[in-house]
Amino acid sequence: MKKQLLFAACVTFVTVAAAHAQTVAITGGTVYPVSGPAIQNGTVLMRDGKIVAVGADVAVPAGAQRIDATGKIVTPGFIDASTTLGLVEIGGEPSTRDANAKGTDAIAASFRSWDGLNSESVNWAPARNEGVTSAVVLPGGGLVSGGAAMVDLADGTAAQMIRRAPVAMIAQIDNPRSAQAGARGELIGKLRNLIEDVKFYQAHRADYDRSATRSLTAPRVDLEAMIPVVEGKLPLAIQAERVDDIQAALRLAKEFNLKIIIMGGAEAWLAANDLAAAHVPVVAGAMNNIPTSFETLNQRQENLGILSKAGVTTAIVGNNGDGDEELFNVRNIKYEAGNAVAYGMTHDAALRAVTLAPAEMFGVADHVGSLQPGRDANVVIWSGDPFEFSTHAEHVYIHGRDVIAPSRQDMLTQRYKTLPPKYSQP
Amino acid sequence: MRITSLFLLCAAGVACAHNPAPTPAASPSTSAPSSSATAGATASATSGRDSAGKPGIGALSLPNANPFPSTYVPFPSHTTLIRNATIMTAAGPTMQNASILLRDGKIVAVGTSVTAPADAVVIDGTGKYVTPGIIDVHSHLGVYAAPGGGGLNDGNEATNPNTSYVWAEHSVWPQDPQFPRILAGGVTTVQILPGSANLFGGRSAILKVVPSRTVQGMKFPGAKYGVKMACGENPKRVYASRGPSTRMGNVAGYRTAYIQAAEYRRKWDEWNANHKGPPPARDLGQETLAEVLRGDILPQMHCYRADEMAQMLDVAKEFGFKIRAFHHAVEAYKIADLLRENGTGAAMWADWGGFKEEAMDGIRANIALVDAAGAKAMIHSDDPSGSQRLNQEVAKAMYAGRAAGINVTEDEAVKWMTINPAWALELDDKIGSLEPGKDADVVLWSGDPFSVYTKAEKVWIDGAMLFNRDDPAQNWRTDFDLGYVKGETR
Repeated sequence: MKKQLLFAACVTFVTVAAAHAQTVAITGGTVYPVSGPAIQNGTVLMRDGKIVAVGADVAVPAGAQRIDATGKIVTPGFIDASTTLGLVEIGGEPSTRDANAKGTDAIAASFRSWDGLNSESVNWAPARNEGVTSAVVLPGGGLVSGGAAMVDLADGTAAQMIRRAPVAMIAQIDNPRSAQAGARGELIGKLRNLIEDVKFYQAHRADYDRSATRSLTAPRVDLEAMIPVVEGKLPLAIQAERVDDIQAALRLAKEFNLKIIIMGGAEAWLAANDLAAAHVPVVAGAMNNIPTSFETLNQRQENLGILSKAGVTTAIVGNNGDGDEELFNVRNIKYEAGNAVAYGMTHDAALRAVTLAPAEMFGVADHVGSLQPGRDANVVIWSGDPFEFSTHAEHVYIHGRDVIAPSRQDMLTQRYKTLPPKYSQP
Repeated sequence: MRITSLFLLCAAGVACAHNPAPTPAASPSTSAPSSSATAGATASATSGRDSAGKPGIGALSLPNANPFPSTYVPFPSHTTLIRNATIMTAAGPTMQNASILLRDGKIVAVGTSVTAPADAVVIDGTGKYVTPGIIDVHSHLGVYAAPGGGGLNDGNEATNPNTSYVWAEHSVWPQDPQFPRILAGGVTTVQILPGSANLFGGRSAILKVVPSRTVQGMKFPGAKYGVKMACGENPKRVYASRGPSTRMGNVAGYRTAYIQAAEYRRKWDEWNANHKGPPPARDLGQETLAEVLRGDILPQMHCYRADEMAQMLDVAKEFGFKIRAFHHAVEAYKIADLLRENGTGAAMWADWGGFKEEAMDGIRANIALVDAAGAKAMIHSDDPSGSQRLNQEVAKAMYAGRAAGINVTEDEAVKWMTINPAWALELDDKIGSLEPGKDADVVLWSGDPFSVYTKAEKVWIDGAMLFNRDDPAQNWRTDFDLGYVKGETR
């Protein structure tokens, strides 16, 4: 991102904000709606925070603000499908960690992680400035971690940022210890007991309220929170890496008619056909190829390409293969997608995997993930191929508002460009 | 991707493991274990010379200066000519449509008018790029080997704040499946460091990224040892209950250790000069630090904050040694002028930060700003995933520099992963650039190494092609890979 541009954007921020209600036309660029084929020399028309028209022959109303995107690429805003951004500020500082609930016996289904969302995190801006406009913010830990939210990276209150919540219930079958189980089989048993108890609870609510039922595995609030999951209405996003864990998740889904999403999916390529047949999507990184544990022995960078070619819906997450720097580097989802292409995914599939695919998985495709009339105006204008190091997001719109503004990192860069620094406002 | 948001300390450097290093129980003694055995005065002064035939390295004051000598010998090679390639030499401007000739493990010629000898294997480099082999100066491969777990958790001897007596090479597992993976990313030389739980973590090992049954078979002949030192949060957290528990405790710990090492050095220098009486008692830890004071071991210091780096530069001055490079150095850009003045380099990530308080001020323009200020700037990984893609990390850092208004050329950026890290290891006379006479550590890339779509296609170490993407069957698979990992290792 060009700093000159950036600081100009900052100065005009108030003006841009005021222009929110006006009509903006992005003209002349190559438009990738994702929901349909690319449009050369296309126009994207935005009004009142929504997209109103997309195409090659869109009439631009008089008085509309025109943004010339000639020679540039226009895409939907990117969506990171797995992050703790906004729930954790600094990993090493416990007072800033709000992603993991205590729960009861490793079950925290009633944990509404987004109730602790930090709208003022300094980590939103770097992601936002580089084209990430939405994220699935999710809890961790235990067996059932709690609910995840889809947030827009808009500059506003937490309530304004949360687009929909919950969009999934998070669970894991990857780590028995974390689930307070002694073995994988026991973990699966625990999950099965929970689901059965939720069904029992649904059928015996009145008895339960009179304390006239057998004891159940989880407190009432957690049973309640699990009801949409056992009804197949809310996806159960299951962290599973080993191929056998993935198969176990597929069996659970079949047995109880659950809607599931595989998170992690290190060895998912070994179950590609089964995942495709069961219409189970996978959320994975594109840069993991190390047997980092006995659960991930067969990680391959070709994972996403193989899954995609087999017809599995895939979302790419941008955390460069499991680094602690994840909060800083949600912005790197674009490079994660580039690496997926380098290892066998088509460019179109990779673009879909950071836009419409995660929107579909988490039930928000009616709002975000594609450029179509009626969708939220979350749009990015890229200087070139969005996945390349040499390109950057020139404009990032969230709800029709250009949101690029100096991040804390930009301010530090400006301050120290000449030494000694000036300790005054940049 | 981790849903269970465990706070991993891999980047924090305490342990590439799911659990932070345990805090050792309080101990009345803070001195390192020492052996009272005296050096055998009859030991041959030449025993343990490495294969380069140099005198012992790492402990020149001792009769047995090099007890674990390198047994590395270059793999068999063919005379090779790569032609019609774009060659980034790290020693001058990029050459278009140029050729490079490798013979007998060395680079013989680079230029636009190099002809193929009759016996040469000729490789067409049309549309491809050639760079020197990448050097990663901050790696824990082998000491935190995949697949991890307690059995392979060998990177931090977190039992004492000063473990200058341990040597990383004694933890390195040559069958770590991560080695062939970084080779496939173009890395030909690595510095393996102990972790950063301690003020002094121990000696580093400089390795060629080659298959070997023994670590000795990977050791870079003639390379100086480094010693890992660590600033800041890690030591004071790990030793909170017994000390040091603060940054001032850390600094007192470094100074105390060097005061002792200076005295140890004096005794040995005296004895070496006149051989009067029995030799002083040997102490492994003091030997290492005495060698730092003599300039024979290079301090490689984990340090995040600018103010702490400035403190450490003064500590080094107090005892008359040079810190070769600060590692991580997320705030190096704040004191780039000090680094230049002190001749100390900085080995940095492209864009990591924010995972602990001392990493809050990381910026992507860090490397470019340090480089522009005239200090030695380089990329490093501290991460087996990042180590496979240092070209991509450099690309991020280069473009971030340009976005910040710094005119970073590709010719300059390529140095961040080649000649500058070679300098940090004092190996820039042997590796790090494509010039006649240097080791033939060479990477052929499918395209511009600063594109996200580019891969290393072929990698040579000392002229031997050890990785060929087009011939997976011939590529190195570790013992661990056999049976545990299905066929594909890339």
